[in-house]
Amino acid sequence: MRTATAPFTLRRARTLDAALKILREEPGTVPLAGCTDVYVALEFGGTPGSRYLDLTRLSALKRITTSGEKLVIGALATYTELQKSRFVRARLPMLVEAARLVGGVQIQNMGTVGGNLANGSPAGDTLPVFAVADADVVLAGPDGERRVPFNAFYTGYRKSVRRPDELIVAVEVPPVIGKQWFRKVGTRAAQAISKVVFAGVRGLETRLALGSVAPTVVRLPNTEMVLNGGGSIDEALRALADEIQPIDDLRSTAAYRRGVAANLVRQFWSATA
Amino acid sequence: MARAVAGRQWGSNRTSAAVSRYSAGMTSVGTNVARKDGMDRATGAAKYADDLRFPGMLVGRTVRSTIARGRVTGVTLDFDPAGFTVVDHRDIPGENTIALIEKDQPCLVNGVVRHAAEPILLLAHESRDALIGANVRIDYEREEPLFDPERSQQVFKHILIEKGSLDRGFARAEVVVEGTYTTGAQEHVYIETNGVIAVPERGGMALYGSLQCPYYVLKALKALLGAAVKDIRVVQTETGGGFGGKEEYPSVIAAHACLLALKSGRPVKILYDRGEDMVATTKRHPSIVRHKTGLTRDGKLTAMQVDVLMDGGAYCTLSPVVLSRGVIHAAGPYRCANTRIEGRVVMTNTPPNGAFRGFGAPQTQFAMEVHMDRISETLGIDPVTLRLRNALKPGDTTATGQKLGPDTSAVEVLKEAVRRTSFKRKRAKLAGSGRGIGLALFYHGAGFTGSGEVMLGSRAGLETTPNGVRILVANTEIGQGTRTMLSQIVADVMGVAYENVDIAQADTSVVPDSGPTVASRTCMVVGGLLERCAKQMREQLKGVSPAEHHARHGRLHVETQYEAPPGREWNDKTYRGDAYATYAWGCDVAELAVDPVTHEVSVAKFTAVQEFGRPIHPAMAQGQIEGGSGQGIGWALLEHVVMRDGAMANAQLTNYVIPTTLDTPPMDVVMLENHFPGGPFGAKGVGELPIDGPAPAVVNALRHAGLDVRAIPATPEALAAAPRLAPSRSGDAA
Amino acid sequence: MKFTLNGAPRELDAHPLKRLLDVLREDCGLTGTKEGCGEGECGACTVLVDGEPVVSCLMPCAQAEGCDVITIEGLAGNHPLQLAMMREVGAQCGICTPGVILAARGLVEAARRPTLERVREALAGNLCRCTGYEAIHRAVLSAHAELHGPSAKSAAPVPAEEAGA
Repeated sequence: MRTATAPFTLRRARTLDAALKILREEPGTVPLAGCTDVYVALEFGGTPGSRYLDLTRLSALKRITTSGEKLVIGALATYTELQKSRFVRARLPMLVEAARLVGGVQIQNMGTVGGNLANGSPAGDTLPVFAVADADVVLAGPDGERRVPFNAFYTGYRKSVRRPDELIVAVEVPPVIGKQWFRKVGTRAAQAISKVVFAGVRGLETRLALGSVAPTVVRLPNTEMVLNGGGSIDEALRALADEIQPIDDLRSTAAYRRGVAANLVRQFWSATA
Repeated sequence: MARAVAGRQWGSNRTSAAVSRYSAGMTSVGTNVARKDGMDRATGAAKYADDLRFPGMLVGRTVRSTIARGRVTGVTLDFDPAGFTVVDHRDIPGENTIALIEKDQPCLVNGVVRHAAEPILLLAHESRDALIGANVRIDYEREEPLFDPERSQQVFKHILIEKGSLDRGFARAEVVVEGTYTTGAQEHVYIETNGVIAVPERGGMALYGSLQCPYYVLKALKALLGAAVKDIRVVQTETGGGFGGKEEYPSVIAAHACLLALKSGRPVKILYDRGEDMVATTKRHPSIVRHKTGLTRDGKLTAMQVDVLMDGGAYCTLSPVVLSRGVIHAAGPYRCANTRIEGRVVMTNTPPNGAFRGFGAPQTQFAMEVHMDRISETLGIDPVTLRLRNALKPGDTTATGQKLGPDTSAVEVLKEAVRRTSFKRKRAKLAGSGRGIGLALFYHGAGFTGSGEVMLGSRAGLETTPNGVRILVANTEIGQGTRTMLSQIVADVMGVAYENVDIAQADTSVVPDSGPTVASRTCMVVGGLLERCAKQMREQLKGVSPAEHHARHGRLHVETQYEAPPGREWNDKTYRGDAYATYAWGCDVAELAVDPVTHEVSVAKFTAVQEFGRPIHPAMAQGQIEGGSGQGIGWALLEHVVMRDGAMANAQLTNYVIPTTLDTPPMDVVMLENHFPGGPFGAKGVGELPIDGPAPAVVNALRHAGLDVRAIPATPEALAAAPRLAPSRSGDAA
Repeated sequence: MKFTLNGAPRELDAHPLKRLLDVLREDCGLTGTKEGCGEGECGACTVLVDGEPVVSCLMPCAQAEGCDVITIEGLAGNHPLQLAMMREVGAQCGICTPGVILAARGLVEAARRPTLERVREALAGNLCRCTGYEAIHRAVLSAHAELHGPSAKSAAPVPAEEAGA
């Protein structure tokens, strides 16, 4: 590991209140759960922080349950737990599919929903699902809880409205009406980082989201508008071209991402017809 | 004239019992005896370099250049040096070089930087954290680097192979087909990164490490340390994969560890993390191969002109011999009276490229086999028929003029592969479906090229022990099963139980120089030496068992040295003659689908029919074929070394992706037997052969699926941009 | 920190952010757990924490506090999967082998016979560069047959996903 961790500190909280207190009193503290992003950063010489807070004892945050109409996924639910949950399987099968395609089994046993959200990578595999599900992110802070629509959660590349003294405690997902569809494109069949990741819902209204084509995961309002307004898929894809900004990077090219994004939307449209 | 292949077929559905025809008594050759080291691996007891600890051991670190070309103008240590050992080029007691073929590569930069990640300074400390935290500033005067091998003026090696007359051949040609094919760099991705420990001992130095060739390291250390260190020994620890990546590179990391150990007087371990291993160590040579081929209308080759260019990187390392194997295999397993192959390997300002399983032959045979399918399209002759019309047969001569022996199986492997896969039927059925099936026919020379084995003059030994016999060779176990396979040969020749044969650890103070563990030579060449040793020892034992003899008379030791087989001739200047003792043969078939949405390729099935004499241990041999095939499929489709400013930019396993379980297709492996009288029990070599076929088989299947691909890796990004072929061009009307 | 290591209680002093991998190798002297990449990609450092495979290179040791940790040394050496890896030559260079064995142990011990597809999925997080995986798959299936008999009921296929292509 290229970053020495010996000078750093780790606190462990047993309760949410204790965790929030540490965050409030020790600004700059980085919350840790599955560590599948933070420890990768440390391996390559990054320094996400010098003070860390382990959340894994907050077992209440592991729960996946329902509250009225809503599916409530605790932030510490792992990808494995998402796949096993009967609630998730019944209500949000596209999230099961997304979780199944994250890393290998080991990573699925470690990585958490809250971590995927907090890391905020535009390639985050679960994020397009939450985008099309119109989920809310539940944040706990010194003044109690607040709910932020997922689609207003990110403000830029790896930037969100979460304040440093807040924790992501859950994601709430309202009922999703219509056919759900998810596809991840990562070239390698397993253990891949998304080159493009797509989630779509086709019901009374069509909702579309893409990852790895812009600084954040994006909903595609203009493309949706064309499709919801009865426009053709070709018209929709013209709208799509204007609302994504893919780039060339180590993993793929802008041209490939652009082409595949359009192909995915077209495939979604015919598969859910 | 087709000739039946002798012996059995071993396939994926093999039966475990096998009966050797060679020894009436105890037989282990041809059976799947328990690996000598199998349980140590399954229990985690096997000790790799990073598992060893020595009292007072320090950890070492390499400070590397961050530019691709220029001069170092200043080195500033931005840390408190107390507790640190710091080494630069001035601390080298002997020559500042990594001695290999040439002595052009410095051990540590003395002013001139020729590639990114070039070693400049070495640090050692007791604490890894302190070591990581130590900041070193290097100032440079930058110069314009050269990354394009086609623009390079500095040629490490040029080779010309000429047979017959190109003019005559093209004059006879009714059709001429030309093409250019390129292959990318490939990283070995042995799962254990490079690691060594240098341990000062009794005025000398012991070097323990993950390596393939202890005597290569010893040679490099002797040049580096000179008279300052009298006794140097190199000891191989368990090695977590090599694939050529631990052929020459360990000399570099060993040199560094020894310098730090010499200066500090303490054991020093250097272990690369994955990122450093990927950025700093060798890769498979990228290549550009141009073909111009003349044929008659009915598909007979009349002229083959091949131009091979390889990117050697910043220093010579093994490039001349990689090129040599590459050009010798460049005309493929085909008969052509008029052939001209010209090859160059040139300098660029990237880290040196080096040995990688196949050693140049995969690059040139990729070009040949993809070109063959393009010829097939041009002529309207199906790929199987075209190959059958030209495939080398016993008695034919290769491009270097080598007359092939009866163990030449190009036709047999091709026919078996075509039969098993229902190739022609599937070829017709899949046309235009977005799926494809393709094949590649290939061969691989066993042992060192040309006079290499004579120059090596390898020695191998046997000694009695209280339990039986011990093998004394410098050939290393890197996963392929050296310990087991050599023990089987010795056991059967001596008529003792396999369990009573063991093998000494590869320690240069104990074992003779039996040559490097490379070039598919360990079984055929070193196994052959041991066969002679075992015969001699058996004669000397006069019917007494080795253990009994040992108890009565003490240690009995025999040693043999390589002798060129009579009649084998090679001219290094003209590149004429018997390039290899013999060849192994293979035909691979890939069946795949291309996703029209994502341009991702999934290989649905892979068939490998290969002939390499006699499998000594069928299950291990099958493992070589399956593993090599997987590695070849990765090279074809996934593995993309992204270079930026002369350095690998995607140097981590998340971004340089190798196949997982889900990317590796089910494989049908068939081992045909065609015994080679010059090898022990009829064996040739199988280590490298399996990497020659997968890439062209995959690309030919992509062609069949309608994509005009002439470069690998054929990533989805490349396939999205690849020209589409009209279905009518699939060329299988015949 | 206190935890159970290979069935025995263990107490040691380590920095809480130290990787579990380093604690096992350095503080506990159990070098059967290997490091291949340091980023959770290759699976060579796989261990079982409370029965589930995790990559110990990404886990601060503090998270193993109070947990039941099993490394390759915790298998007796005669586990059917260890024997099958030997028999089928599922191990070549051996560096990925401990991780592969721990990742596949659950499949082998479960009563129902896994499909080949299930084996592939379970081992997708373990890179092997030597074998092309085929011999590893053979070993897992063979070990299952060894433990439960060749006629063990095959596992129900993973339910078809309602979503996805």
